[in-house]
Amino acid sequence: MEAKKLNLKLKIWRQKNSNSVGSFVDYDVQVSPDASFLEMLDELNNRLEAKNEEPIVFESDCREGICGTCGLVINGHPHGPLPKIATCQLHMRNFRDGETIWVEPFRAKAFPVIKDLMVDRSGFDKILQAGGYISVNTGGAPDANSIPVPKDAASEAFDAAACIGCGACVAACKNASAMLFVSAKISHLGFLPQGQPERYIRVQRMIKVMDELGFGSCTNTYACEAECPKGISVTNIARMNRDYVRAKFTSKVIEV
Amino acid sequence: MTKLESKVPSGHISEKWTNHKFNMKLVNPSNKRKYTIIVVGTGLAGASAAASLGELGYNVLAFTFHDSARRAHSIAAQGGINASKNYQNDGDSTFRLFYDTVKGGDFRAREANVYRLAEVSGNIIDQCVAQGVPFAREYGGLLDNRSFGGAQVSRTFYARGQTGQQLLLGAVSALNRQIDKGTVKLFTRREMLDVVIVDSQAKGIIVRNLVTGEIEKYSAHAVVLATGGYSNVFFLSTNAMNCNATAIWRAHKKGAFFGNPCFTQIHPTCLPLHGESQSKLTLMSESLRNDGRVWVSKKKNDTRHPNDIPEDERDYYLERKYPSFGNLAPRDISSRAAKEVCDEGRGVNGGDAVYLDFSDAIKRLGKKVIEERYGNLFEIYETITGENPYEVPMKIYPAPHYTMGGLWVDYNLMSTVPGLFVIGEANFSDHGANRLGASALMQGLADGYFVIPYTMGDYLATYKPAAVKTDHPEFEKTAKEVKDLTNKLLSIKGKRTVDDLHKQLGRIMWNKVGMARSEQGLKEAIQEIRQLREEFWKNVNIPGSGEDVNQTLERAGRLADYFELGELMAIDALHRNESCGGHFRVEYQYEDGEAKRDDENFSYVAAWEFKDVGNWELHKEPLVFEYVKPSVRSYK
Repeated sequence: MEAKKLNLKLKIWRQKNSNSVGSFVDYDVQVSPDASFLEMLDELNNRLEAKNEEPIVFESDCREGICGTCGLVINGHPHGPLPKIATCQLHMRNFRDGETIWVEPFRAKAFPVIKDLMVDRSGFDKILQAGGYISVNTGGAPDANSIPVPKDAASEAFDAAACIGCGACVAACKNASAMLFVSAKISHLGFLPQGQPERYIRVQRMIKVMDELGFGSCTNTYACEAECPKGISVTNIARMNRDYVRAKFTSKVIEV
Repeated sequence: MTKLESKVPSGHISEKWTNHKFNMKLVNPSNKRKYTIIVVGTGLAGASAAASLGELGYNVLAFTFHDSARRAHSIAAQGGINASKNYQNDGDSTFRLFYDTVKGGDFRAREANVYRLAEVSGNIIDQCVAQGVPFAREYGGLLDNRSFGGAQVSRTFYARGQTGQQLLLGAVSALNRQIDKGTVKLFTRREMLDVVIVDSQAKGIIVRNLVTGEIEKYSAHAVVLATGGYSNVFFLSTNAMNCNATAIWRAHKKGAFFGNPCFTQIHPTCLPLHGESQSKLTLMSESLRNDGRVWVSKKKNDTRHPNDIPEDERDYYLERKYPSFGNLAPRDISSRAAKEVCDEGRGVNGGDAVYLDFSDAIKRLGKKVIEERYGNLFEIYETITGENPYEVPMKIYPAPHYTMGGLWVDYNLMSTVPGLFVIGEANFSDHGANRLGASALMQGLADGYFVIPYTMGDYLATYKPAAVKTDHPEFEKTAKEVKDLTNKLLSIKGKRTVDDLHKQLGRIMWNKVGMARSEQGLKEAIQEIRQLREEFWKNVNIPGSGEDVNQTLERAGRLADYFELGELMAIDALHRNESCGGHFRVEYQYEDGEAKRDDENFSYVAAWEFKDVGNWELHKEPLVFEYVKPSVRSYK
């Protein structure tokens, strides 16, 4: 048995491509409260397609909150009003009948709009490609239990590694800073013994590329942590800054 | 005509891979960079293959239709990865993992491949730990394990409920390192739409740039497909929205045989359907069955609240039917048992769902322990359903999850097209008729890290394939075919939407080519699929153009392939007059409802050669079991 449907007014950002000017377009929808937000958009798109109108372009894939593909700004919040979930996990039972909902793409200089609600987040990968890894060739690894890792360290590394690379932190930040994203990777590898040899060159290289790509500096407002679907902590940023300073002002300075 | 040669090396099973590695030809380090290899897909198999081949010095071109390699659906695997490390001292060994996998696959896998998989499983864990994968650990700092279905030892390594994510981020970090070094070039937002074959060898691919719509050509000395499975043929599955069969299907139409297409896995623990608008089904990790107990009411159409149904009126049917494996019975068996009790009308409120109950485990271990083990899964459940599983039992039901079938490959993971390799879920090779939990991650990484780097070298050194430029007539011809197909789809301008047609196909597949199949149902399905395919080509509507982002066009192309693949799945299921693993034919069962395998007549891999749409020729690769004697697969 399906519950009584909600009547909603959607104001959705439509933009033909990165060079054109976009605007909000109104749509009226009826949706089951058990449906997810993206299923509502699927239904709307199906309706548009049936009328031979171009559907709204938005991205999603796993719909389980783990791949990081989806990301909409809903009523001003990246991934919507609820904490610690991705857009795909937002369900319509969290909205009231008759409500107006504003839907926009993630907005940041480093995330140009490709079409409608789809943005280009390739900058994130460019940062990771600048040393966001541990250098080990296939086949060259010692036995997995040869280096014990304290349970707490593994657990904290995991907390940082849980980042899904969605970009909500950038979209939430007034400066469009990527520091939460970058620091999560720095912390993940920094907590583990395997990550130590490259720790200081890693932080320098990644921050250099981050700056070159036009991501802003940290505002210290913690908006990133508040909107992060995985609850990645801003303490990672402090850790990254500490490593960066150490790299610059100790004997471990490496020119990059 | 292509003959099926499995190329399994001779010798004792425990020495085959070692001997084969020694006997394979090598490419001199300085010659490696002269070879270009295309890898399509960046999930566990693709990312690990591209990174490892790059490390060896080959010039690698990697492709993904996502905006980033990290989005591949391996990321969503929850429970864990098997390896026969025997860190728990509970009697595990390479042979036991091999045995469990062959038996779990209901004796429909190639022994030598499975043994190799078990053999390299330990190296995978070493590799991942070295990359910084934060696996769960004990207080002493060593790695922790959990149990999974179909095994009586604890051999599953895990990273909370996000093991796939952590393994993929590890493999992608290895890939990123090679991109950084310049050995791998990554092309994102490109969808492979065809493979180019010159002088009967795979020499490149045609892709569509999903942003500009441009059809692009790329040439190489060999092509590796790591593009995953085809569960989305059912429309509703646990796969991600964009998972599709197009790369393997177009390769199939170019000569690669398709192995055991009807072997699909229906996963027992997924969230039940909520309504018509549902876009996908969400998996709840099988690891939950470690501590959760599965039950339904003994009464039909019982609408009482689960907490009001007294203990003696509950039927813990898995524990009752399979006392030695209990709630950890393998996936195919658990799924079918759930269907059975729901068909009897004993599901939740008489519908299609059963309970997965943690109340006993919470009493025994405390809420904190359960939270530590499954916290994130419980949160996912509550977000989607609005119910708290610490207080009310979860409701679950089976859903399409994984496809054991895929392109046929030999021991070297090469398809029937020379130079075209297929790894991970995209091939048919290791899981037989049913895959055990935590073995998909193992296979993806085994293929990518530890098999393809060797067998690729052997192919290049043996065949010495010549380079072909993208202005070769075959490239022009194949690119034109792709463009024509795109234009054809766009020009139909009918009345029905892509999703509408896909949902209809999905219903046919689920009802007649799903958990229980019958001769009559399959014959009907074949007719219905053909009719619907015709309707698709006459009546689908795709708004917009091909020179721009067009997600409807992308989905339409994938659906066009599902209409052909769906038919082949039904044909394969119809021809296989036995029940085995995930393939259950109602005509072939024992009195107690267990699957009745027919080793005398069906102990072979069905490899289908494409002739024309709706027309295939069957080839058989006999399966010989020298080390594990096929027996009735009992979990009682």
